[in-house]
Amino acid sequence: MQLKSDSKNDELKLILSGDYLNYDDNSAKSALREKVSKLKSQDIEIDATHLGKWDSTLVVVLFELYRTAQQKKLIIKANNLPQNLQKLINLALAVDRKPSKNDEKKLPFFENVGAKTLAIWDSLKKSGLFSYQVLVSIKRFFAGKAVFRQIDWLFALEDCSYKAVGIISLVSFMVGLILAFVGAIQLRTFGAQIYVASLVAIGMTRIMGAIMAGVVMAGRTGASYAATIGTMQVNEEIDALKTMGIPVTDFLVLPRIAALSLTMPLLTILADFMGVLGGAAVGVGMLNISPNEYLDYTMNALSLDNFFVGLFHALVYGIIISMCGCYFGIYCGRNADSVGKSTTMAVVSSIVLMIVATGIITLLLEVFKV
Amino acid sequence: MIKKAPQIVVKDVTIAYGDFVLLKDLNFTINKGDVFIIMGGSGCGKSSLLRVLTGLVPTAKGQILIDGVDFTKADQNQKDEIMKRSGILYQSGALFSSMTLAENIALPLQQYTDYSSKLIAELVDLKLALVGLYGFGDFYPSEISGGMKKRAGLARALALDPEIVYFDEPSAGLDPISSKLLDDLILDINKSLGTTIVVVTHELASIFAIGNNSVFLDASIKKIGASGNPKELLQNPPNDNVYKFLTRGEK
Repeated sequence: MQLKSDSKNDELKLILSGDYLNYDDNSAKSALREKVSKLKSQDIEIDATHLGKWDSTLVVVLFELYRTAQQKKLIIKANNLPQNLQKLINLALAVDRKPSKNDEKKLPFFENVGAKTLAIWDSLKKSGLFSYQVLVSIKRFFAGKAVFRQIDWLFALEDCSYKAVGIISLVSFMVGLILAFVGAIQLRTFGAQIYVASLVAIGMTRIMGAIMAGVVMAGRTGASYAATIGTMQVNEEIDALKTMGIPVTDFLVLPRIAALSLTMPLLTILADFMGVLGGAAVGVGMLNISPNEYLDYTMNALSLDNFFVGLFHALVYGIIISMCGCYFGIYCGRNADSVGKSTTMAVVSSIVLMIVATGIITLLLEVFKV
Repeated sequence: MIKKAPQIVVKDVTIAYGDFVLLKDLNFTINKGDVFIIMGGSGCGKSSLLRVLTGLVPTAKGQILIDGVDFTKADQNQKDEIMKRSGILYQSGALFSSMTLAENIALPLQQYTDYSSKLIAELVDLKLALVGLYGFGDFYPSEISGGMKKRAGLARALALDPEIVYFDEPSAGLDPISSKLLDDLILDINKSLGTTIVVVTHELASIFAIGNNSVFLDASIKKIGASGNPKELLQNPPNDNVYKFLTRGEK
């Protein structure tokens, strides 16, 4: 298998003999390239009389040779080149359109900052508009004018209710357990390990139960909303809804917000209970507190205020998670990659907004002394 | 006339989903270098048959011999070996959206050959040039038109110099000119590389332009309704269903 080039008398003759299968002789190819680059007006002759078997790796060499010859206006005389090989080269050389792609310009620093700021402003406007559309849909719903299918709401409800019980229970139980462990390390030094029960009861009911349920549901249901609606965007189903005059927020967002806002407080109650159970496992099992004593301290520490604060957090988280999931699904691009990005953005934004909302709620509760 | 060697032999194949039999008693042969059309009305099982031929769906009964090897009973290594010698162009092009066209075409080359990265890049350029997309290697699928996606999909299908290329509804969603260009490209590939082409379609213009052999799947009897050169079938239709299909239901 060889590629011979003979450039006597300022003429280039390429001799192809034998088989050219998986041909990748870089030195021969480079030598040929160099010889062709030096040619000015001479012809190139290809002798393929003794050419055996060949595949695309030979076509690559000839394609490059013909292209260079075309650019340099050199003439190639091919002797005994198989007809199908010649046809293939002609096919590759036939150009029916040229790419025209604007390369992204690298902006100077301040222009870049400005462009990024404008992009953030645009996305804020977009999310503001989306929130407004959701509010309008809610208004339409209460006026009985929203395109709201009960079956969609029931499906959404099914997805974010009993199906999430297992994972919420497990995660909350473990969080209660960890909370009790961490508390016990400090409280034991004062002989006050009995207060582990109070610590877990207050911590779980006021905030941790809601947060854990929120994080799990953001990863589970929020991501699922973004992926489902994002795929609908890719399949042009969202376009179909719009052209049918059906508000997307009515049809896709309302059932999901209604479902998750309803189930989040219920899942939080479950998370509270499982967290307290996890704390009890540590208190009773490792700190030698009797079950009755643990129960008494837990009951004394529980207050309706803390409980309702937790449920309020859960309601807010439910709205945030469903809104983020639907928003990133609706504004998803039109390919599979965008669905992945939207899903990630939905989960990340949900969790960040949940933390921000928790900060704001905590501040307000402090101001109002709740 | 030189007799062509058989490449794909379908023997007594039945395709079923659970208890539902879609097609039964399928018998036909695709010869090397044929442009073979699998045609029939919507829902007759054309795409299912293609999925069976490409090993995506198992047969309920029967044998599929590809170059003498029974594909239905082959182990995974044999199947991989057969599929390495086949290329498939899906209806939508099925390009990976997170990869550029060049990366899409390079993928099978990286997977199945030990070529240097330089040679792979040269081969990618060649394959793109063959489908008229030279210079589009850095584009993402979302940046090109539907027709270009199909051609890029074809370039990927041709990456490993396959002996058989399967096309699933190549003309679907294309304007008549793009459709004609793709038909011409299929014929060019067939003639210059001697590739066996299997096309699933119900586009009459394409069927008559490129097909030299075919089977007509008849949904009413769940069997092959006719087989042979599509132009000859039009001239001598063996039954009403074939005639109606090939004349768009006109009398």
